[in-house]
Amino acid sequence: MKDPRTYGLMAEFDTVNEAIAAAHKVYGAGYRKIDAYAPFPVEELSEAIGFHHNGVALVCLVGGLLGGTAAYVLQWWINTAGYPINIGGRPLHSWPAFIIVTFEMTILFSGLSAVFGMLALNGLPQPYHPVFNVPQFDAASRDKFFIAIFSSDKKYDPIATRAFLESLNPTSVAEVPS
Amino acid sequence: MARPTEVEIGEQKAPVIQPGHTFASITDKVASIVLRRPVTNGWLLGVAICFLILQWFLFAVCWLFYKGVGVWGVNIPAGWGFAIVNFVWWIGIGHAGTLISAILLLLRQQWRNSINRFAEAMTLFAVACAGMFPIFHLGRPWLFYWLFPYPNTMSYWPNFRSPLVWDVFAVSTYGTISLVFWFVGLIPDLASLRDTTDNKALKFIFGGLAMGWRNSVRHWNRYETAYLLLAGLATPLVLSVHTVVSFDFAIGIVPGWHTTIFPPYFVAGAIYSGFAMVLVLAIPIRKFYDIEDLITDRHIENSAMVMLATGWIVAYGYAIEAFVNWYGGDPYEAFLRWNRLHGPYAVSYYALLFFNLVLPQVLWFKKVRNNNLALFLISLDVLVGMWLERFVIVVVSLSRDFMPSAFGQYYPTQFDWAVFIGTLGFFSACMFLFLRLLPAVSISELKTLLPEAEVTVEREAEVHH
Repeated sequence: MKDPRTYGLMAEFDTVNEAIAAAHKVYGAGYRKIDAYAPFPVEELSEAIGFHHNGVALVCLVGGLLGGTAAYVLQWWINTAGYPINIGGRPLHSWPAFIIVTFEMTILFSGLSAVFGMLALNGLPQPYHPVFNVPQFDAASRDKFFIAIFSSDKKYDPIATRAFLESLNPTSVAEVPS
Repeated sequence: MARPTEVEIGEQKAPVIQPGHTFASITDKVASIVLRRPVTNGWLLGVAICFLILQWFLFAVCWLFYKGVGVWGVNIPAGWGFAIVNFVWWIGIGHAGTLISAILLLLRQQWRNSINRFAEAMTLFAVACAGMFPIFHLGRPWLFYWLFPYPNTMSYWPNFRSPLVWDVFAVSTYGTISLVFWFVGLIPDLASLRDTTDNKALKFIFGGLAMGWRNSVRHWNRYETAYLLLAGLATPLVLSVHTVVSFDFAIGIVPGWHTTIFPPYFVAGAIYSGFAMVLVLAIPIRKFYDIEDLITDRHIENSAMVMLATGWIVAYGYAIEAFVNWYGGDPYEAFLRWNRLHGPYAVSYYALLFFNLVLPQVLWFKKVRNNNLALFLISLDVLVGMWLERFVIVVVSLSRDFMPSAFGQYYPTQFDWAVFIGTLGFFSACMFLFLRLLPAVSISELKTLLPEAEVTVEREAEVHH
C-alpha cells in the first residue's frame, strides 16, 4: 500500500516509558519498517522496535586486525628487505622492537574503523531526510520521543495505521511528507 | 545508559547534577552558552590576551625556523632542553582528558558525564601543543614527514627499533583517536544545537557538522557501540602513549633515565598534572558560565582526590628512583643523586619535591577540597611542579652524564621561554573559542543522568522477539 506522497506517520510521546510501551505494541502489531527517536541513547527503545545487533564491533575488529597486520608486515619487510641495517650483529627481524608500532596501528585502525563504520552503517552523512519535515520533530533532540511507521511497510494503510497510532495515546500524530 | 544516578544513591555526597533539571532545561542551559549568551568583555579580554601571546609565539617560531635551533639554549651535552620538557608536560596534561572520557566511562563513573567534553577538548589542544615541540626541534621542521614510512626516492625507511619512531606513531595515533572520540561525542549535541537555533546560518553550520543525525534509536545503538569501543581502545592507548614517551628516556643509558620505573611513574605523573589542568579550567568555567549546577562540587572534589592519589604514585616513583640510585651501586647513578641534591640545578629539584609532594598534602582536608580558590592554587602548583619534574629529568641528567670533561650547563634563552609561554597562549585561545562555539558540556549524556531518563517499563520483548 505504498503511498508516493507520504513517507510515513509519526507519533510523539512525552516520556521514555510511554514510548517504549508504544514501540512494543507497534512491533507486536506486525509493523517492521519502523523507527524510534529519542534525545539520548535508550537501549530498551531500540530493542522494542526489534533492533538488537549492529555490525560496528565486527567492522572494528576487522579494521584492527588489518591495521596491526599491515604495521607488522611493513616493519618486517623494511628491516629484512627494504632497508636492512646490521647493528652489532643483532637479528634483522627483531620482533620485540616492532610490538609498539604494531600496537599503536592496531588501535588507530580499529578506532577509525569503529567511527567510520558507525557512520557508514547509519547512512551518515545524509543531507536530507523526510522526518525533518515534521515540525514537532525538532524536539527529538530536546525532550520528546517519536515512533514512525513508514509507508514502505507491508501493513501500512493511511487510515488504519493512523487510527492504530492514535490508540497508543501519543501527544500528537503527524504525517511525514516525503 | 539510562540508569538511576547517584543523585539518589549517594545522598551524603554532593549530587552529580543539581535536582530540578529536565531534558529541556539542560538543552536550553548548555545551548544558550553557545547560541544566546552575548559576548562579554571578560571573554574578549581573555581572547585578546591569548591572541597577543599567540603573536609572540608566532614571531618566536618564525625566528626559530629562520635561524635554526641555535636560538634556543640547547647545546651539547644538553641537547634536549625546553622543547622536550614541554613536550612531555603537555602530552601528560592531555592524558587526564582521555582518562575522564574513556577509563571513567568504562568504570561507569557517571559523574564524568558533565566534565568529559571540555576535558576531551583540553586533551586535543594539549596534544596539539605537545606535537609542535618535537617538530620545532627537528632542525629542518619542513621535512617532518620523513618520520613516516613512505616510499621515497632516497630508498630510505625509518628505524623501527628507535623509541623516537615509536613516539611518532604513539603521539599521532593518540592525537587522531582523541580527535575522533571528541567529535563523535559532539555529533548528537551538534544536532541539538541545529534543532534549537532559529538562525539560518548557524542551522546550516551545525546541521552540516551533525551530518544529518536524526536521533534514531538504530543510530544511537550503533553510536553507543562505537563510543564504547573507542573508550576501550583509548584506555590502553593512553597508557601506552606516556609509556612510549618514557621509553624515549628509559631506552637510553643516560644516568637517571635508564630505569624500569619510568613507564608507570610517567603515566601517574601525566594523570596528576592532567587533573590539575582539569581543575584549573573547570573552576573558572563553571563559575563564569554559571553552570555550577552541572559541574558540581562533587566533580571538583573527585578530581582533587584523583590528584591526591596519583600524587602519591608519583611520590613512590621518586622514592624508588632514589632507592635504586643508592642500592644499584652504579657510580654514575650515585653521582646523579648527589647532583640532583647539591648540583647547580638543586633548587629545581627541591622546588619540585615541595610543589608535588609537600604542598598537595593539604588535599587530605575536605575543607581544602571544597574551597575552589585553594584548589585552583594547588592545581597551579602541581602544574608547575610537574613541569619542574620533567626539567630535572631532562636537563640535570644530560648536563652532567659520565665524563666530567663533557659536563656543561643549559641556560634557556628568551626564545625557549617565548615558545613555551606561546603554547600556553595557543592552548588558552583554543579553549576560549571552544567554550563559545561548541557545547562545553555533553547535552545528551547529561540527560541520561536525570530521573526522567529512568526506564521502568517491564521488558515484554520476549513475547514477540
